Amino acid sequence: MFKDLRNQALKHRPMALVGAGAALALLALSAPASAQQRDPAYAAARAAGQVGEMPNGYLGFPTPPSADVRRMAEDINIKRKAVYAQRAQANGSTIEEYAITAGCQAIARTVPGEKYQAPDGSWRTRGAEKPVLGSLCPDL
Amino acid sequence: MMPRELTNRALAATSLPMQITQTGKRGLAGRRVTLGLLVGGALALSACVSVNAPDKPIVIELNINIKQEVIYKLAADAGNTIEENGDIF
Repeated sequence: MFKDLRNQALKHRPMALVGAGAALALLALSAPASAQQRDPAYAAARAAGQVGEMPNGYLGFPTPPSADVRRMAEDINIKRKAVYAQRAQANGSTIEEYAITAGCQAIARTVPGEKYQAPDGSWRTRGAEKPVLGSLCPDL
Repeated sequence: MMPRELTNRALAATSLPMQITQTGKRGLAGRRVTLGLLVGGALALSACVSVNAPDKPIVIELNINIKQEVIYKLAADAGNTIEENGDIF
């Protein structure tokens, strides 16, 4: 019985370490990203799981949002689309292609506790493990 | 008497049954040929369909590859964009 438990612990430890390593690597990547800070309301909504990252590159609602949260997310999505349009034009791609690319990255950069949408449409809470990305996403 | 009977019988036997059997046989043979052609045609068609079936997934795979290639090319740029627009990501 104890032997089994110890074996299980030994089996799971490497995975936990890899997960923690990946999370640290992602944190290290996203750390210099905060040149411009998130609005406190947006940061709070993200942390509370009221908004989440969708594979299409925009914010979505894992649960029915309050009017304020909806307005805030839609405002951010409009700003995102403007940025996507500008960068898509610079790269000779479509807005959708650029948005999906950004969506892969935005989901990969979520931190534990934040919500993201899996390719099957289900909302998931990011843990220490890698997020479930669409097949089109590069291995991030 | 015997030859007459034989000739009569032979004539009677040759004319009507031959006609019937010949037409019958021709019809059957013709049907068999057309059936064979139909089956062959169906087989050929099904073979064509089974050849065409892989063609469609190949086209879809190509589209996916193109999209994936585009996304790979854009990945670095999108990463920079997210970092530069930290307020909305």
